[in-house]
Amino acid sequence: MNEQMIQSFIRIVGKENVKYSKAQLLAYSYDATANFQSKPDLVISPKNTEEIVEIVKLCSKEHIPIISRGSGTNLAAGTVPTQGGVVLLFNRMNEMIELDEENLTITVQPGMITLDLSTYVEAHGLFYPPDPSSMKISTIGGNVSENSGGLRGLKYGVTKDYVRALTVVLPNGAVLKTGGKLAKDVAGYDLTSLLVGSEGTLGIITEITLKLIPLPIYKKTGIAYYNSLEDAARTVSSIIANKIIPVTLEFMDRGTIGAVEDFMNIGLPRDAEAMLLMEQDGDAELVERDIQKMIEIAVAEGATSTSIAASPEEADVLKTGRRVALSALARKRPTTILEDATVPRSEIAKMVRAIQQIAIKYDVQISTFGHAGDGNLHPTCLTDVRNKEEMIRVELALAEIFEIAIQLGGTITGEHGVGEMKAPYLEWKLGESGINLMKNIKQSIDPLNIMNPGKIFAKESKTRLVIHNG
Amino acid sequence: MVSELQQRMQDSFSEHVNEEYIMDCMRCGFCLPACPTYLATNQDETHSPRGRIALMKAMRDGDVVWDGSVEEAFDMCLGCRACEPACPAGVQYGALIEETRVAIQHAKPQGMKEKVIRKTAFDGLFADQNKMATTIKLVQFYQKSGLQTVTRKIGFLNLFPPFMKEMEGVLPAIEKKKDRVSSLKQKTTKVAFFTGCLMDTLFQETNRKTIELLEWLGAEVSIPLEQQCCGALHGHSGELEKGLRNARANVDAFDSNDFDYIVNNAGGCGAFLSEYEKHLQEDYKYAEKASQFSQKLTDISSLFVKLGMNARLKEMRSEDEAIVTYQDSCHLRNVNKVFLEPRSLLMDTPGFEYKELIDAGSCCGSAGIYNLLQPEMARRILDLKMKGVKDLQPAKVVTSNPGCLMQMQVGIQREGLEKEMQALHIVDFLYEAVQKN
Repeated sequence: MNEQMIQSFIRIVGKENVKYSKAQLLAYSYDATANFQSKPDLVISPKNTEEIVEIVKLCSKEHIPIISRGSGTNLAAGTVPTQGGVVLLFNRMNEMIELDEENLTITVQPGMITLDLSTYVEAHGLFYPPDPSSMKISTIGGNVSENSGGLRGLKYGVTKDYVRALTVVLPNGAVLKTGGKLAKDVAGYDLTSLLVGSEGTLGIITEITLKLIPLPIYKKTGIAYYNSLEDAARTVSSIIANKIIPVTLEFMDRGTIGAVEDFMNIGLPRDAEAMLLMEQDGDAELVERDIQKMIEIAVAEGATSTSIAASPEEADVLKTGRRVALSALARKRPTTILEDATVPRSEIAKMVRAIQQIAIKYDVQISTFGHAGDGNLHPTCLTDVRNKEEMIRVELALAEIFEIAIQLGGTITGEHGVGEMKAPYLEWKLGESGINLMKNIKQSIDPLNIMNPGKIFAKESKTRLVIHNG
Repeated sequence: MVSELQQRMQDSFSEHVNEEYIMDCMRCGFCLPACPTYLATNQDETHSPRGRIALMKAMRDGDVVWDGSVEEAFDMCLGCRACEPACPAGVQYGALIEETRVAIQHAKPQGMKEKVIRKTAFDGLFADQNKMATTIKLVQFYQKSGLQTVTRKIGFLNLFPPFMKEMEGVLPAIEKKKDRVSSLKQKTTKVAFFTGCLMDTLFQETNRKTIELLEWLGAEVSIPLEQQCCGALHGHSGELEKGLRNARANVDAFDSNDFDYIVNNAGGCGAFLSEYEKHLQEDYKYAEKASQFSQKLTDISSLFVKLGMNARLKEMRSEDEAIVTYQDSCHLRNVNKVFLEPRSLLMDTPGFEYKELIDAGSCCGSAGIYNLLQPEMARRILDLKMKGVKDLQPAKVVTSNPGCLMQMQVGIQREGLEKEMQALHIVDFLYEAVQKN
């Protein structure tokens, strides 16, 4: 980017809020996705919506790509500036604007860290349930842009279920306000929903109003181990069929259990095929009843060992395995690719079984853990990006996982987003009419394609695999 | 066309910085909230562990041109290693930043001034206990002669960078080195004391109290005379080979079956001492001895707890009611994983209520000689730290390392809180409590 252009941006936000040293451009060339890296031309930290309007107008005039970036924890290369341009940071837009205890909403700037938001509202006896595992560092703006999920999705839903209103700077520099502090609002198309999960491709979110709920007062945790995947899966279905919606229902397969045991040595049964971690929150009486019932169901469906935590400390012990699952797996090989293929919960056993067979077929290392209650699995591929031949097999294996997930009525991504990594597979899920409609929406809002170009829509879709199931 | 310096730097990174360690980083970003420089720069990725590892990789791969901004990113690292416990993938960041500093040291043309400073510091002062003692005698002379009062008056120190001035303000008065004789009473636990070069000179008083307390708890304390500076400052500054010279001397000095424990009272030294085993594992002559050394090594708080100090403290009574808090030594906490022991001692000290300092585990900005090399960043980090201290209003801020201690003293002085609170080493704090009873 030439000096004159840099000066134009400096005039908008001030010298100290524009970064372009060699080290800085390198430091904003990646996110948490393996194998994607590309340097931006400039990194800018605006202070408010007005400055963003100016930046967008300038970028629009000069056809410069804009990549909104929270803390760069994206797992689908959604924040990698693969076509250069300006990386927009929200580190100066991280304030709480208003906590409205009458309407039970909180309005914040997009740079606020998810955990800070969660801690803040809990201090007021309120609850913001979405809890992506990166919440210690992820920003709420990033969560909204990716429609992040988390462990509590089954009972409480995901980010989109909490977004009430947005302020957005559109690619032409216009400021759009959607929604309001309202539970009901059917005035026209639901633009809030369109923007949630749009991955920075339609505009820049500059203010967010979120719904809050009362903080549950009591919590209890139980665990069950199984000798067969199918027994564990039947437990999940049976719990729901018994009209219990637990706050979390987490799953680990044999490979993950083994990795955790290698790492922590905490006495998990290595020969178990599956583990289910269950947790309920709410009123004490109801929680006690639900957790007892869930464990009874687990035993009836064939769990080989079960236990219920008697104290919060014991609950922490039970949760250790699931909490360190990713760490334990990540230590096995240099590169960790964390996927999020999702299926209807009734298909979990079939999906996990298929993943195991795919791993054998392509001779790659894949272990699976995830959110059994909502069918959101994390097949985790352990590999080494430096091994080109292995990476080809990894790509084929992942493609086959996407295909199977779709065949089972699921999706290629449950909570990480499409980004650039999964863009070539999006058409598999949406079909031609789906992708064309989305392209038309993108085209009408961002005709110059300056908002996070290259994301969601690929130049070319992958040829769909032909897999004979069964 | 790649410049000669660029090529040399790239080769040096390839040679010295372990590719496998770099590849362990999966860029998840979980280290970011643990990094004091990331927070103090309002989230500048360049000053984060993930950013620095990306830069190390880029230097190896030739994806970034070596310039002042790249060098600054590495220089700005405190080496506090708070990122290590936060890392899900177990990246050995401490090793990576040390290797990076070695790589830079090898490839970088040094200015004359820097050469002289390095030579004096690493070949001279910290390598040789006698030279350190001589220097200390000068400081002593400066303090006792009245020269100190004079220079303070005429503002002689205004000629130095402001931080040096502040450090000077908190220098402890040095007392004359007394001959140290172990008590000959029947003792059960045999302890060898690693005195540490700074602790043995600037903080001699604390060392004397360390010995007295250990003896009071029934330990037999000896001080091997041949011991040297631990070598940590060399290691952290890209002079690992020089650090290992000291390591071998220390392993020899403490090579005896007579000791149950080797104890030290400076968190910064403790971490490096515990890593002798790792650093010397390929030295066939020293591997086994170094391993024994590291196995026997313990920090003073852990040893106090093992020797039953908590029960002894609980027997005591005091009428006082004051708040005490604790600032972790980064290396004691992040490398040696000691954080409960010092807190348990403070909780059991009569006359005090222990309150946890917000972000007590986050670096205070001292970080070896970092506060001298990067005064501006050190100040920003200390300001964040002092915000928590002011909220808590403790009477005592306890530390486990001389660097942290001086840094917290500077912080208290800068805020004008000398009348309300005092920073002190945990040994001095406990000694005072025990002596009162």
